[in-house]
This record gives sequence, C-alpha cells and structure tokens, in this order.
Amino acid sequence: MSLSNHEISLEVNGKAAAAEVESRLSLADFLRRDLGLVGTHLGCEQGACGACTVLVNGRSMRSCLMLAVQADGCEVRTVESLAPGAELHPLQEAFRNHQALQCGFCTPGMLMRCIELIEENPELTEDEAREGISSNACRCTGYQYIVDAVLEAAGAMRE
Amino acid sequence: MKPPPFEYKRVDSASEAASLLKELGADARILAGGQSLIPLMNLRLASPACLVDISRVDELDYIRSGNGNSSAPALSIGAAATQRDVELHADVLRAAPVLAEAISNSGVVPVRHRGTVVGSVAHADPSAEIPAAFLAQGGSVEAVSAEGAREISSEDFFEGVFTTALQEGEFVSAIRLAEWPSGSGHGFRELSITAESWPVATASVLIHLTDGAADRVSVVLGGVGSTPLRRPEAESILLGAEPTTETIAEAAEAAAAGLDPPSDTFGSGNYRRKIARVLTRRALADAVSRAGGKQ
Repeated sequence: MSLSNHEISLEVNGKAAAAEVESRLSLADFLRRDLGLVGTHLGCEQGACGACTVLVNGRSMRSCLMLAVQADGCEVRTVESLAPGAELHPLQEAFRNHQALQCGFCTPGMLMRCIELIEENPELTEDEAREGISSNACRCTGYQYIVDAVLEAAGAMRE
Repeated sequence: MKPPPFEYKRVDSASEAASLLKELGADARILAGGQSLIPLMNLRLASPACLVDISRVDELDYIRSGNGNSSAPALSIGAAATQRDVELHADVLRAAPVLAEAISNSGVVPVRHRGTVVGSVAHADPSAEIPAAFLAQGGSVEAVSAEGAREISSEDFFEGVFTTALQEGEFVSAIRLAEWPSGSGHGFRELSITAESWPVATASVLIHLTDGAADRVSVVLGGVGSTPLRRPEAESILLGAEPTTETIAEAAEAAAAGLDPPSDTFGSGNYRRKIARVLTRRALADAVSRAGGKQ
C-alpha cells in the first residue's frame, strides 16, 4: 500500500491554515513544525502530562493524541491566541502575579486548560479549579499558586 | 516517540468502515477517539498499517434512550459518542449512573473530550473503569462487519487482556445498556495511587430492593483479573436478603475470595485482593443507600 499525504485546512487562532500532511503527523507537531507555533509543548506524547493541551472546537484536548489530519476543518486555539500583542491576557497576568510557573514547561497546556475552565464557569470555586487542573502535571509549583492564579483571573475576567 | 508511518482513511458511514476492514484485513484498525490507540502507536507497541477513522461518522454519534418496551435496552451509545458527552447526558445519569460515575473516574477531562465509551469497551483493558461498569449494568455490544451486524452479550464479550469476542473484520458500532428498574441503586469505587493514575482495582455494583430485600444485584470487579469480573458468589449472598452491614461485608468477602490478581508496581496481587474486598463493601453500601435500603 502506498502512503498518501492528506490535504487539510483548518482555522488556528482565528487564521486559516492549509497544508499537506503525513498521516502520522500529530496535531502538536503540525502546530509546532508546520505553523511555527512552538508555544504548545510536547512532554510525554502519551496523553499523561497535558503540556500539549489545546482547544479544538472549543474543547481541551491532547494535541499529541490527535492526528493533524483529524483536525481538518476544525477550529484550534493555542496558547499564542491569549496575548496576540504585547499585553498579557488576564490569566497570564495572574500566573505572573502568583508565580504560578517556575520552569514553564507545563504552562502553555495549563493556560489552555485554565482558560477553558474559566470560560465554562466564570464563578468556579477553589475546589473546582483544583479538580479542573488535575488533568495537567506541574512538577514545580505544587499547584497551589496555579489555583490562586485561576481564581484571580476568573475574578478579573468577570469584570 | 512518534508512530511509524501508516495509512489513514476517514469514513462517513459504518458500512464504509466495515467494507474497508474487510478489504484490508488484519492490517487495519478502527480509530475513534484514539486515546488508547494513539499512545500505543506513539510508544510503538502497536503499528497498524491503516487507521479507519470513524470519529466523524454522524450516524454513530448518538446517545439514545430505549423505547419503553421492556425488552428494549435502556440506552444505546454509538461508537463516535465521546466519554464527556455520555457522562454529562441526562438520560445516562438517569438510566446508567454507574457508567456516568465510572467515566468521570476514568482519564482526565481533555482525554474524555475525545475518547469514546465504545472505544474503551472495545479496547478491553482489564483495569479500565468503563468496561467494568458496562459489564455491571449489563447489555450487549453491536458488532458490525461487511456481512452484517450481530449482538454479543456483555457477559460473552470480554475474553482476556485486550481480547474480545470480535472476529476479524468486525468492529463495535454501539453498546446497549440493560434497563434496571427505577429505584435501583449503584455504587462505583476505585483505588488509584494518584488522582489521575491507572486504577489498582475498581468495584462497580447495582442493586434493586423490593420490600427491603435485594431482588436484582450485579457486582463487577476491575483490575483483578484478565477481564472485568462479575462476582456471582457475592451476588447470591445478597439476592433475597436484606442488605445489612453484615450481609454486605459477607458479600464483599465472597467477591474477593478466590481472586488471583496480577502484581505490578502499583500493588501486589495480595494487596489487590484485599482492596477489592474493601471497594466492594463500600460500593455496595453506596448502592444500598441509593436504593433506599437501611443498613
């Protein structure tokens, strides 16, 4: 069987993107390599760590466990969508204020999961924030500062 | 790691998927959510030559209630329905709460946004929450091939580690969940080493009481054998009895007796057997209290 490439077209951070991709290319590698959006990080490549989390049609997903060809026709949001200019997004501002990152490796995935949590429920509680981010691993902060940042950002975004 | 090269075909109907499976034989695998298959491919533990993607087949993306007829299933779940859509669906919460609770204990939300219930059943991991809850609720699997469709009872579906009664050329297009009388109670308990790690063991139970005595019971353990295991020894202790604290403890003892669970880094076989007893007792207590029983 000869291996064929696939034409895909999708929307990434509000902009149209089109490419020819190999079947085995993950959405994460497509974003990083083909589009140069290297904000999305790849950690474990088996769905465990969450560093590669992006929003696909509004829902958080592991971009290492989705093929680029499967994102054909989808709307994808990556961490680059948060602050298109020089000004930080309120969530990023809150992460900075609370030192909710140290090495920063998990941060792009963590931010995309947190933005989904806040957009789904702007009034989320501390417990809901803690449960919500349990999908993403952070080995530096111990999570408490991230929970604090999410609550502050939710407050700022309500205003 | 990255997977080795493979061919990819997106299909628009179940029959198109079935004819591709027939044409390609053992080289092809069905891809739905990919949350079990793609990690295996990234780790190069699986290397199918072709993936047949059914995740966008509209006719397989459904959660349907039975038609009220007593022989009809309470619910049917199509192969493209995501775990997240199923666990939040009002009909599932009403007719199969044990499945909803098992799903919310499995994976993490971003994985459940993409993973499917049917895919988890078909993958047949002996520790996974969803196959165990499906077996506890009871029902059947709809297996489709180019030759047609057949129903396989949930009791006959799981044959071993990652092994099911599916034949070459067949795939699971839906699962059907048995109806339980209103007022039935369920319990789902799991022990895992961290909040998001793989379960050491799970207990999924359902019970229905009439005049305080159990007239229908299902007890299933996960993670303690090569498939999710129904425990008739435990069920027979409860049937016809009032589920008191003592009866529940006796049933839990019987559920764990005779198990020979595997050992791994998360727990020895002996530890798993002890945990299985405790989880069964707690799941039964939850189920009895939800069914309106006194303990």
